[in-house]
Amino acid sequence: MRATTIRQQISTPARVGGWLRAFWPPLLTFLLVIGLWEAAVRGLSIPLYLLPAPSQIVATFMERPGYLLRIGLATLSNALAGCAIGCTLGALVAALCVRWPIAADGIVPLAVAASAVPIIALAPLMGIWLGSISPASKIGVVAVMTFFPTLVSVYRGLISPRADALLLMRSYAAPPRDVFTRLRAPAALPFFFSALRVCTTLSMIGAVVAEFFGGPQNALGVYIKTQAGILRTREAWSAILVACLLGLAFYLLVLVAERIAMPWRKEQ
Amino acid sequence: MDTPIIEFDRVSKIYSSGGGPITALHDVSLRIAAGEFVALIGPSGCGKSTLMRLIGDLEQPSGGSVRVKSKTPEQARRDRDYGIVFQAPVLYDWRTVSRNVELPLEIMGRPKEQRRERALSLLRLVGLGDFADAYPHQLSGGMQQRAAIARALSFEPSILLMDEPFGALDEITRERMQLELLNIWSGANPRPTVIFVTHSIPEAVFLADRVVVMSPRPGRVQRVIPVDLSRPRTYETREDPRFFALVTEVRECLRTAE
Ligand SMILES: Nc1ncnc2c1ncn2[C@@H]1O[C@H](COP(=O)(O)OP(=O)(O)O)[C@@H](O)[C@H]1O
Ligand SMILES: [Mg+2]
Repeated sequence: MRATTIRQQISTPARVGGWLRAFWPPLLTFLLVIGLWEAAVRGLSIPLYLLPAPSQIVATFMERPGYLLRIGLATLSNALAGCAIGCTLGALVAALCVRWPIAADGIVPLAVAASAVPIIALAPLMGIWLGSISPASKIGVVAVMTFFPTLVSVYRGLISPRADALLLMRSYAAPPRDVFTRLRAPAALPFFFSALRVCTTLSMIGAVVAEFFGGPQNALGVYIKTQAGILRTREAWSAILVACLLGLAFYLLVLVAERIAMPWRKEQ
Repeated sequence: MDTPIIEFDRVSKIYSSGGGPITALHDVSLRIAAGEFVALIGPSGCGKSTLMRLIGDLEQPSGGSVRVKSKTPEQARRDRDYGIVFQAPVLYDWRTVSRNVELPLEIMGRPKEQRRERALSLLRLVGLGDFADAYPHQLSGGMQQRAAIARALSFEPSILLMDEPFGALDEITRERMQLELLNIWSGANPRPTVIFVTHSIPEAVFLADRVVVMSPRPGRVQRVIPVDLSRPRTYETREDPRFFALVTEVRECLRTAE
């Protein structure tokens, strides 16, 4: 029997079935929570300024979907840019740490500590340094937030190959460049993507929260803060809805990229 | 013996560890001829892996000298004289089976078509012709180890270093693999020299031209037992009275070595 046929036989129905099984329970839970929320707001007559019902939030969103999506995309692009910068630099510094272990001894423990620190607290300072209205300060916050977890995770991935795997390379008299590109880097890919998944969430949070401390009028964080400030709760919630949808889309994008980049993990 | 391909002259190896120095090998002298199949046997911790690693320039001796093809082991390694197989297959899980076999050839800069062709013919040789495009995790342990052997053979090294390659396999798979290894080895032209570490007595006798019996603390060569069983060896070899006699001889030798 050929390996490919075995693979197809097992996986096609199993994968669809598995996907459905994995997909339904959270969807049901989600619908249940939304239903309870809707019922609670209506049944307990909760005032609108405290908590609008989901149906009201969606209706508010539908009044000006174009505008909300446009300011959402402005914020998302800050998140994307910051995440790209932070993750790239994090991976680069991790590679340098592998090349110069002395640097790793100094940098990696600090990066581990920095990953546990609420870097978002830097947001107001970033405003002072890079201009509170300009996107640069938001991108800066996101870049710093994503830099440390990526560095730590990619570094762990790069040093993950076992002694035997490295000895094999030595027995081929492989130059350091080959050891890096053919062993360390591919071994670090799963670590990189698990960092990236965390970083998508972090960067959406970072971008929105950074805008609470100032930003251009047409930005999600600014809109949420302004609307909440004048008790226009429905409007604030409709923007939060957009933030959630865009964050999810970003996350799914990373999942798809992960599958494409690591085909060998598909059936594991 | 004509000029040996591997020559140990009063070699010792001392590891420095947290609990003080450990003498892994003491005063080992040994000569191995080109094309020979040599089994290293001894209780665990007696320095078998260390001896193999000294040949392959994966460790450096603390005293004495190791020569490989009249060169230093380092020079031999740079000349890509060694194919290594460990107890674990150590396949790279992001590469398909055939691209794992191609890995050394890629590093050595061989052209793409030649690599692929070589990998496919080796995989057919080890019975994995249909699994060239599978990923390692889709293979059983025995199949993975076959792929590892194909990878070690891919660049036609003159010396094959095998450290308990069948140690993780079940007895039935193991006996089949021993036979296959001998077929591959005797079919190769020229035959590689094989250094085969094991702690199975029948395995050592079945495979080798000579069995090097080692004793522990500190690791020394206790005795070298020539195996005068005819080749090719087959399933019947294991039923030969001479086979039993040799197994007994190795066992006795191991017991007195303690
Ligand atoms: N890298 C090392 N550092 C310290 N001690 C080691 C190292 N490698 C092996 N040893 C010690 O050297 C001795 C021989 O080890 P080894 O060659 O692996 O034996 P074997 O392969 O026969 O089981 C053992 O006592 C082991 O603990
Ligand atoms: Mg060993």
